[in-house]
Amino acid sequence: MRMTGAKAIVEALHKEKVTTLFGIPGGVVIPLFDAIYGDKKLNLVVTKHEQGAIHAADGYARSCGKPGVCIVTSGPGATNIVTGLATAYMDSVPLVAITGQVPTAMIGNDAFQEADTTGITRPVTKHNFLIREPGELPLVLKKAFYLATTGRCGPVLVDVPKDMLTAQIEFDYPDKVSIPGYSIPEQGHARQIKKVMDAIKEAKKPLIYAGGGIITSNASDELKKFAKTTGIPVVLTLMGLGAFPASEPEFLGMLGMHGTKTANYATDRCDLLIALGSRFDDRVTGKLELFAPHAKFIHVDIDPASISKNVIIDIPIVGDAKQTLREMNKQAQKLAISDWLSEIARWKEEHPLTYSNDEVLRPQYVIDRLYEITKGDAIITTEVGQNQMWAAQFYKFNKPRRLITSGGLGTMGYGLPAAIGAQLANPDALVVDIAGDGSIQMNIQEMATIAQRALPIKVVILNNGYLGMVRQWQEYFFDRRYSATCLRRDKRCPDICCEPGPHCPPYVPDFVKLADAYGAVGIRIHKKADVDDALREAVTQDKTVLMDFLINPEENVTPMVPAGAPINKMISSKEDADAFLLA
Amino acid sequence: MEKEYTLAVTVENKSGVLAHIAGLFSGRGFNISELSVGETENPDYSRMTIVVKGDEKILDQVKKQLNKFIDVVKVIDLSGATAVHREIILIKVKAPAQKRQEVFQIAEIFKGKVVDLSHESLTLEVTGIADKIEALIKILQPYGILEMARTGRVSISRGAGKKGGTTNG
Repeated sequence: MRMTGAKAIVEALHKEKVTTLFGIPGGVVIPLFDAIYGDKKLNLVVTKHEQGAIHAADGYARSCGKPGVCIVTSGPGATNIVTGLATAYMDSVPLVAITGQVPTAMIGNDAFQEADTTGITRPVTKHNFLIREPGELPLVLKKAFYLATTGRCGPVLVDVPKDMLTAQIEFDYPDKVSIPGYSIPEQGHARQIKKVMDAIKEAKKPLIYAGGGIITSNASDELKKFAKTTGIPVVLTLMGLGAFPASEPEFLGMLGMHGTKTANYATDRCDLLIALGSRFDDRVTGKLELFAPHAKFIHVDIDPASISKNVIIDIPIVGDAKQTLREMNKQAQKLAISDWLSEIARWKEEHPLTYSNDEVLRPQYVIDRLYEITKGDAIITTEVGQNQMWAAQFYKFNKPRRLITSGGLGTMGYGLPAAIGAQLANPDALVVDIAGDGSIQMNIQEMATIAQRALPIKVVILNNGYLGMVRQWQEYFFDRRYSATCLRRDKRCPDICCEPGPHCPPYVPDFVKLADAYGAVGIRIHKKADVDDALREAVTQDKTVLMDFLINPEENVTPMVPAGAPINKMISSKEDADAFLLA
Repeated sequence: MEKEYTLAVTVENKSGVLAHIAGLFSGRGFNISELSVGETENPDYSRMTIVVKGDEKILDQVKKQLNKFIDVVKVIDLSGATAVHREIILIKVKAPAQKRQEVFQIAEIFKGKVVDLSHESLTLEVTGIADKIEALIKILQPYGILEMARTGRVSISRGAGKKGGTTNG
């Protein structure tokens, strides 16, 4: 069938069963938006900033597993999605971004709104394409969706010059593609699986260390079966939270920089570490040479380049986590590891995650109550920093795809637009963005998108008046020199200041008024006693509700592994930090 | 231990691929010491010969990261002894009439060709492995090297097969 390139893109989106996409129009992509105009099968969500569009597409993808799609214009439209591409790339999220480009004849001429999009995005995409022949469009789009959603998933970008959109082409959408330089590992090698099972039988102190790969490959049931059958305890990365139910006794918590003491001690003492879909990130390992120093390492990963990158692996398996775990489950048996389990049980009892249960309004309490009131069943998106770590520590994730957070890149401003995508992918779910007063402002404009779409998203701002995580590092390691982290600072403030004074405004900005301006409900919570009422009111309303919790300003995320320390050396106070710096 | 490794990388013959591979090396802090590119027997593919400096661990990562690229079809490690390595140098040296004969002799020893001649200089073309090229440069230095251009090595495995590669497919 003959049609324009723009129409061919729309047809390709239909073929790929895309129903929701995010974007903002601009000069060169007018023909594409024209082809989408009035299309009954495509729900186009126009955000207020391209970064919002790509994070929304990302939140959509993470919360339902289908690829997120985003369409923006050339030049600034394309450069505005770079952070979102990098975010998705680091966390292996399937996205297809379509960017407009200046007409072919003008490429390289510094044309209006021209940028070398494929050049700029090459290091932050799994792959990208620049269309040079309009006839390539169907095949390239097929390849883009195929690459984004298979193997180690990731963002793929297709850059389309304007003349490609207006040209007439024959639309013939392939059912299959083959790409010579690309293959998808499936089930791990049988001989390697046998080696793994033998090592597990011999281990006295085995530990499963699972990550986001379990969620991407939908392997949570298989992981649960494996841990339950063998009795091996489980620690999860930030990206892995929900991959194994937090309510199960085998679960020891998140490991790493802000992990539980139990998880980090178990990692330190184990004699066999079974890494499943996790990549030995520095926030997980701490000082690499001292990471799990007594352990033999098993690593199951779909990306061969992740294996033996940071830690030399004893038994590597290149394969899909789901299929490999299925095979492992066939051979799994109950292990006799009761000594190890009682050692762990002791740590669990001695070192639970805690916070002061006094009259002060503390963020951990807010999350605790949010967990209870939402019955642990909300989809939580987060911003980045303390808010993210408190969410990870105190909201107990029992199902996969319930924590939507920027782990690898650590992108502030991710949570609010990601919540849009998560809500659209899960219209009946309760979606909550846990935010800080700093990071929410990096994409606050998307409140307008949320209100216009009448999405009943709840925003929990843990407002401490600081860029809290940086302030915490400054408190611990820089003598409380709060350089550039006070969000209430104004022109009257002295150069050096680490204590709010009488002239300080109580908060900046007034988020309740801001909520009102966007047409959402705003609630300010000053006291611990008011937390429950506010949360209950918010979750029962079918409206966008923004809650501004004025929390203890200098609350810290603990325990904490100082950067460069081994993960069993956790600190919980300024005194601990001083001792660490002296050592 | 820091060593030099030679990789023959078959890639899709299209624009942007070289930039992508160069970007991988700079982005991940790998060092390229030599790089040459040209078409293969199949015009859809180009072949890059890349010489990398580093240890075994770096080489392993370089190979894995190259294999991960969609546009990379095959990576062959030619670091062993079973490969032929060649490089071309064009070198312009000062050669006034009284010195010219000496330079001709050097060219002959190195199995080189004189490809350009003027009153004051001559240009030699020499092919060989890196050691030979280095030796030539050293010998010509006293005469005064005016300009030189090296291709970087191209390498190919010995024997009939195309063995030794790790492919994506």
